[in-house]
Amino acid sequence: MKTTWKDIPPVPTQQEFLDIVLSRTQRKLPTQIRAGFKISRIRAFYTRKVKFTQETFSDKFASILDSFPRLQDIHPFHKDLLNTLYDADHFKIALGQMSTAKHLVETISRDYVRLLKYAQSLYQCKQLKRAALGRMATLVKRLKDPLLYLDQVRQHLGRLPAIDPNTRTLLICGYPNVGKSSFLRSITRADVDVQPYAFTTKSLFVGHFDYKYLRFQAIDTPGILDHPLEEMNTIEMQSITAIAHLRSAIMYFMDLSEQCGYSVQAQIQLFRSIKPLFSNKLVFLVVNKIDITRPEDLSPELQAELQTILKAGEVEMLQLSCNTLEGVQEVKNAACERLLAERVNQKLKAGTTSSGAIGGRLAEVMARIHVAQPMGGVAPETFIPEAAKNKKKYEKDDPDRPRLAKDVEVENGGAGVYNVDMRADWMLKNPEWKYDKMPEIFEGKNVYDYVDPDIEAKLAALEEEEERLEQEGFYESDEDIEDDEEAEIMRKAELIREKQQLIRNEARMKKRLKNQAIIPRKFVKKPLSEMEDALDTLGVDTTEIAERARSTAIRTRGRSLSRLGTADADSMDVDTPKTDRQRLRSLSRPASRHPANRRDEGVADVATRSKAERIAKLNQKRMNRMARQGEADRHTSASLTKHLVAGKRGIGKTNRR
Amino acid sequence: MRIEDCSFCGRPAYPSKGITFVRNDGKSFRFCRSKCNRNYKMKRNPRKLKWTKAYRRNAGKEMTVDSTLQFAQRRNEPVRYDRDLATKTMAAIKRVSEIRARRERVFYKKRMAGKREKELAIARKLVAENEHLLPRLRGSEKKRLAELAAQGADVAAEEELLSARKNTIKAFGGEQRRIKVRVDGGVEEEVETFRDEDDDDVDMED
Repeated sequence: MKTTWKDIPPVPTQQEFLDIVLSRTQRKLPTQIRAGFKISRIRAFYTRKVKFTQETFSDKFASILDSFPRLQDIHPFHKDLLNTLYDADHFKIALGQMSTAKHLVETISRDYVRLLKYAQSLYQCKQLKRAALGRMATLVKRLKDPLLYLDQVRQHLGRLPAIDPNTRTLLICGYPNVGKSSFLRSITRADVDVQPYAFTTKSLFVGHFDYKYLRFQAIDTPGILDHPLEEMNTIEMQSITAIAHLRSAIMYFMDLSEQCGYSVQAQIQLFRSIKPLFSNKLVFLVVNKIDITRPEDLSPELQAELQTILKAGEVEMLQLSCNTLEGVQEVKNAACERLLAERVNQKLKAGTTSSGAIGGRLAEVMARIHVAQPMGGVAPETFIPEAAKNKKKYEKDDPDRPRLAKDVEVENGGAGVYNVDMRADWMLKNPEWKYDKMPEIFEGKNVYDYVDPDIEAKLAALEEEEERLEQEGFYESDEDIEDDEEAEIMRKAELIREKQQLIRNEARMKKRLKNQAIIPRKFVKKPLSEMEDALDTLGVDTTEIAERARSTAIRTRGRSLSRLGTADADSMDVDTPKTDRQRLRSLSRPASRHPANRRDEGVADVATRSKAERIAKLNQKRMNRMARQGEADRHTSASLTKHLVAGKRGIGKTNRR
Repeated sequence: MRIEDCSFCGRPAYPSKGITFVRNDGKSFRFCRSKCNRNYKMKRNPRKLKWTKAYRRNAGKEMTVDSTLQFAQRRNEPVRYDRDLATKTMAAIKRVSEIRARRERVFYKKRMAGKREKELAIARKLVAENEHLLPRLRGSEKKRLAELAAQGADVAAEEELLSARKNTIKAFGGEQRRIKVRVDGGVEEEVETFRDEDDDDVDMED
């Protein structure tokens, strides 16, 4: 529940209110409209204006209504406080007016929007809008007073102390000038004004302090005079409200020295008259200023009267002096202690059903609390074995001292000579096995992989399986008998495969280019021997074929047959004179060609040539006039490889780049 | 010291041989030779390389399901030394590997069953289709034989010799060895030798 209202936004005055809303309408909506527009568009334009204004008004009113506390929703203490301070009726009426205004604005807008639907011209529309906004403005103008009032309330509300009605509270009350504010000052850090006149404190003040790591609030109230409630003024009523509504420890302050200007009698009387308000609350009678007068110093009649108040048993008397600070802490502690005990008691009572069982929230809390007690409160004793207790202390010079490994080392030649026998302490089934040697690897197998306590059983199972398989004929091999016919086929196939491979290789060799030009098949010369051999392989007698081919072959210039050794070796080379016909048919070298004169090439006679020259000159003429490139300017530039001419020069030589 | 299996190809990696790679998650890889190491570094999948055990097992080329394969196991329970157990273990190793070898041979035979028939069928087809590629008696040889016959010499023997020479394939090195392993554990060896006859053939090719 809210206890403070410090964040209420400011309430504008009626003028500001209007300005805000209307300028918003002006700013947020389009302003351009012309008579030539479609009437539906004009209507929509003005309807929008009216509606938007109404929405803005409604929003503003709603925010005001929301930000102020609603009296029926807040704690009775705050409700009463607001009532005494601002007059609940006034407050309610102001808010009611806001609400009515909101409602009215909505009605106006609805009416005018309806009217706007039937407007026939821009002018009509505009007039309707003006009328609507005007009526809304008039409404708001009438709200001048409530708006002002609400703003003041807002300012005052924001400055009220934050009083939590449900927390641990000490409430300080009493006649004016009895030292209530001084007490608050002395126990908390609240900076309360303390003056030697009545009604220095005109409103509630709150101070906070800690006791037993808990936060307490102390509320200082204005002084009360002893007269009927109806006659009490606003200042006193605040005290009464606080006393009546806060669940707190009430500390009624008394000044027995009568320095405050009120007699002890009157103070007792006041206590009696406001006593009905103390029902169900802790009440302390705090006697202040004991540095001047103590209760014992009073006249017996007054003492007796005081006792009558205390006699009821619910009221406890405490004494202190704010001046000398005597008893201040004791009073505070006593009050807090009692208050805490009381609150815990109340909570327990609330959580306990009539039968005494714990239920509700209290049960939940109790279930979460666990007080641990280790070992049920018994301290465990350390266990020391018997052998440890009887152990003899090692003495160097004792002849019966236990033999250590170090002693063994020294006996056997000392460090560097003696080697500790690791196997000596091995625990084997037979101590003789201690120094056995076992191979790690046997027949290419890791021996450790086969070490298995159940090896015997497993091996037996394997042997059994083996026997079974043997009987089943698992190992019988049917060696295939080589058939003669099959062997022959295989051999032939092998021969064929070899032959195929040879053919394939040959073809591959032929196809291989090896950086040579592809020569068309018909120009490739095949020696006669090749054909001869091929035919021979096929079983043909090639003698005759070869002879015929040799006889028809053209004889080339070269060594004579006799030199080749094919003719009769003894015969002599004789030049037979050739006939004219023979001479004509003999092969001759073609005549060497002279380089042709390109000027005369392709031209039949001199006339054509001169004509061609004329035409060439004519064509050249235009080129020359324009200084264009002609036929003669053809130039083949040296093409430079880019990587040789571009880039940074590195370490290499220029001509190697 | 132990003979580990190569993490890549599955061959035994003997102590002091190969290389061990320990990955940063603590798993160690033992490679039997640099080939395996390099292939591993190239991120090759051993299951896809034909020369690894992993491939052969995956492709059903090796015996993977057998009781003899259960004997060798890395056991993480230490067993206290016992002389009797050690002797039994040694004997078991021998016996188990013997049985395993036998079974592997049977496995191979079963795997290869039907191969001969298939090969024969292929060979028959090949021979039927390519009869013309088979070597024949050369024209010149025929002529020579005819001449010899005219002279009255023994032609038949000569003819036989020639055809025999044509119908054999010369193996490189002039010798062919074949080793056959029998199921009962024995080994057969066949040796075929060829006379190198190229020397006296030379003038024929002219």
